[in-house]
Amino acid sequence: MPDLTSNTAGIISPNPFWLASAPPTNSGRQIMRAFEAGWGGAVWKTLGQPIQNVSSRFGGIHWRGERAAGFNNVELITDRSLEANFKEMAEVKRLFPKHAVISSLMVETKEEWKEVVKRSIDAGADGIELNFGCPHGMCERGMGSAVGQEPKVNQEITSWVKEYSSIPVLVKLTPNVGDIVPHGLAAQAGGADGVSLINTIKSIIGVDLEKMAPQPVVGNKGSNGGYCGAAVRPIALHMVAALARDPGFNIPISGIGGVTNWRDAVEFIALGSSSVQVCTEVMLRGYRIVEDMIDGLTRFMTEQGYETIDQMVGKAIPAYSEWGDLNINFESVAKIDAEKCIGCNRCMVACHDGAHQCIHPNPDGGLTPVVDESECVGCNLCEIVCPVPDCITMTEVDNGYAATTWNEHMTSGTKIRPKKGSHGYDMP
Amino acid sequence: MNQKLPANRAELVFEDFKKPYSEQQARAEANRCLYCYDAPCIQACPTEIDIPTFIRRIANENVEGAAKTIFDSNILGMSCARVCPVETLCVGSCVYNHMDASPIQIGKLQRYATDAAFDAGLSFYEAGEDTGKSVVCIGGGPASLAAAHRLRRFGHKVTIIEKDHYLGGLNTTGIASYKMKADRSLTEVEWLMSIGGIEVRSGISVPDQMSWADLQAEFDAIFVGFGLGEDSLLSLEGADSKGIMGAVDFIAKMKLGMVDLSSVQHAIVIGGGNTALDAVRELKGLGIDNVTLAYRGGEAQMSGYAHEWSEAKREGVSASWRSQPLAFIHNNGKLTGVEFQLMDENKKAIDGQTKTLNADLVLLAIGQGKLGALTSGLTGIEVEKGKIVTDAHGATGAKGVYAGGDCRNGGKEVVNAVAEGDQAAQAMHTFIMGGGSCRT
Ligand SMILES: Cc1cc2nc3c(=O)[nH]c(=O)nc-3n(C[C@H](O)[C@H](O)[C@H](O)COP(=O)(O)OP(=O)(O)OC[C@H]3O[C@@H](n4cnc5c(N)ncnc54)[C@H](O)[C@@H]3O)c2cc1C
Ligand SMILES: Cc1cc2nc3c(=O)[nH]c(=O)nc-3n(C[C@H](O)[C@H](O)[C@H](O)COP(=O)(O)O)c2cc1C
Ligand code: SF4
Ligand code: SF4
Ligand code: SF4
Repeated sequence: MPDLTSNTAGIISPNPFWLASAPPTNSGRQIMRAFEAGWGGAVWKTLGQPIQNVSSRFGGIHWRGERAAGFNNVELITDRSLEANFKEMAEVKRLFPKHAVISSLMVETKEEWKEVVKRSIDAGADGIELNFGCPHGMCERGMGSAVGQEPKVNQEITSWVKEYSSIPVLVKLTPNVGDIVPHGLAAQAGGADGVSLINTIKSIIGVDLEKMAPQPVVGNKGSNGGYCGAAVRPIALHMVAALARDPGFNIPISGIGGVTNWRDAVEFIALGSSSVQVCTEVMLRGYRIVEDMIDGLTRFMTEQGYETIDQMVGKAIPAYSEWGDLNINFESVAKIDAEKCIGCNRCMVACHDGAHQCIHPNPDGGLTPVVDESECVGCNLCEIVCPVPDCITMTEVDNGYAATTWNEHMTSGTKIRPKKGSHGYDMP
Repeated sequence: MNQKLPANRAELVFEDFKKPYSEQQARAEANRCLYCYDAPCIQACPTEIDIPTFIRRIANENVEGAAKTIFDSNILGMSCARVCPVETLCVGSCVYNHMDASPIQIGKLQRYATDAAFDAGLSFYEAGEDTGKSVVCIGGGPASLAAAHRLRRFGHKVTIIEKDHYLGGLNTTGIASYKMKADRSLTEVEWLMSIGGIEVRSGISVPDQMSWADLQAEFDAIFVGFGLGEDSLLSLEGADSKGIMGAVDFIAKMKLGMVDLSSVQHAIVIGGGNTALDAVRELKGLGIDNVTLAYRGGEAQMSGYAHEWSEAKREGVSASWRSQPLAFIHNNGKLTGVEFQLMDENKKAIDGQTKTLNADLVLLAIGQGKLGALTSGLTGIEVEKGKIVTDAHGATGAKGVYAGGDCRNGGKEVVNAVAEGDQAAQAMHTFIMGGGSCRT
């Protein structure tokens, strides 16, 4: 049996699955139910001076039959008193001493930071997460992403917290920046023990076309909110990886953003996360999703021979390369399995209109279109649109050219293969 | 034109065999469609409805647009959605059949979109600018209705001549009630007529009550869409016993009014085609316990659709294969049974082998007469095995006379009648606008 224990900057949990700071971690009762369901850790719904929320807070993208493929919210931090929250936190830790409880905080003055850090430690929290990420409401008041977008402020507040904290401190980063790296480095410079990312992405989820107002509509107006859920995963994966492979960055990462199952979680781990946090998928389907996350992860590790989570952390980072260092002479072409093909011609229209005009109707009138391999650029588009599993396979071809990169070609003139694809369409 | 049906009709006991979709179900099914390119489902639809486009419009919450896409190709798209044998047409050719996945329920999606348009009171089309030309459609069935609507959109003055009272042809009087009831067909007729300017003369049979010469004198072009004739009957011993009817005749009576089946315990339907399969399921639905299909061939030799027969079996219909009627047995003129000659694999009689089944009702579903001969008064027209011969566009050998539907194809489906009516209308338009006329 592989060991699922996870260690993120000294915060130990029985598995790498944490609830992100959000409605699923609003109260002690909820977190205890989540731990019973199998979650390894929970980042408490951000604590600060209690706020008042608006009614009508969430919006979803319902895309081709899938409800809430993307999700957004205009909710603020906790609306419950610090008193009640810390009392419940202590109770959770008393009943679940082995599970990780992380106190998420967002306040303004140094005095306030000192107080909430102390109260978190007194309540028995295993770590602290600084919410420098909320992209709506709180940032208008100079907190949340307003802090996360300014490396100097980020570093300074982090160092305040470190001054008062005897437990690990994670800085939760906002994705609403051009390049995530300087922000991770600022947290590190401030003394953070780790970072967590991403928080939500500034967004308008849609427009109510009758009221002509952004959604979610509050009465007759709407505001920008924070985007999350499955749709944001690629952005989150990139940001996690960008930090993980930066030579100057060397503190642990807790990965967040669009995790829906064990496979998504392993992708975050492979790109450098020591633990993963989940919010939206739990909001949509409940705490019970963790059961299969644990089971799937265990099976995957057993199959692949991994014994600990640490062995997988950052496993895919060495293969994350600059474009200029990819093998420009690698060549693949699409091959269609006529046995599997159902004749929908989606590959053909996609290739004709969206790629390189090299899939054609079957010259013998058969069901299956044919690929002109001499023109196929190996772009993968047909393979992506084909509805039949394993019907189109991108197959490597040996073109006789030695492996080389664009950068090598530019610096030392290595030989690169001729171009392919729709050159018959070139205008004179 | 009063098209009101009596309040009490036997067919009202039937419920839809294929239930309508809710909005959610329709959206989910629409999202499953692959939006194929050069889609095989379109090729399988005789009216060539742009199926991927209308389905995508449902998925995109443009249900009215979806309905418009359907009606653009098939003005009877609402009834076709219910009555088409989709299993052998569009749905049967959906690419999902090549995968181990259930094909898209195109008929149910088509029903969803067209019903929504009806409910919203959208009729989409207006009559074209008056051309000063005048055309006539003979028969008020699907073929003529499709032709009439198209011709009206071109701006011609259109007249429909129907021998009976109700319009819609077999769509009103023949369709199995678990697919569509008569009132729905009449709703469609009314919807179609709302384009305005289509005159209906009912109760007139051509050529008996209005001659070809009269028609040629009054109109610039003629569309013949009078379908098929009465049920074929059997001239066997006892054939005039009480309790023997043509199946199409019986079905029409059940759909348009009441039938008294209180004394019927055993019913036999003779035939192996789709009318026979509809009839056995209808008798079951009307509450008759013992319903038997008697066919002179074996199960695999039936021309009726396999999917319909498997439903009939599931509903408890029994079969007597390789059974050819020899004589009707009766008691003082009242039917009590049928004696059958047993047949071999090649539908040849096996000497000396017969059997008798009890029956107090027999429906004959062995075909309908062909009406081509009614056109003998038209010079140049050609009739083959009772079917009116036309070119690929529906033109007969008689100048300005076109034909479509069952009278031309020998009896196919509503959708074929619509396709042929529409196509002929386009050819008629070209003919008239090019200065042609059948006027003598
Ligand atoms: C029992 C039965 C069930 C069927 N079920 C289905 C089904 O489920 N799905 C499907 O797609 N198809 C079905 N069909 C076939 C379908 O009904 C026909 O293919 C279709 O109705 C043909 O249309 P039409 O306009 O050519 O002829 P018809 O529908 O027959 O219409 C012809 C019209 O012309 C009138 N007429 C006849 N003679 C004259 C005359 N001399 N002068 C003036 N008017 C005249 C008739 O009264 C009738 O109204 C069924 C047929 C039958 C018999
Ligand atoms: C309704 C809602 C409320 C949230 N509240 C907070 C919060 O109080 N503090 C915080 O750090 N992040 C908050 N988040 C962000 C989530 O913790 C998480 O970073 C983000 O949703 C991405 O993860 P996901 O794709 O799994 O949802 C909130 C998200 C949602 C949807
Ligand atoms: S779950 Fe639904 S009903 Fe409950 S608070 Fe949220 S929006 Fe309101
Ligand atoms: S997309 Fe796939 S199934 Fe469809 S035609 Fe192309 S190869 Fe065949
Ligand atoms: S063949 Fe099936 S999947 Fe393809 S467009 Fe037609 S209905 Fe949709």
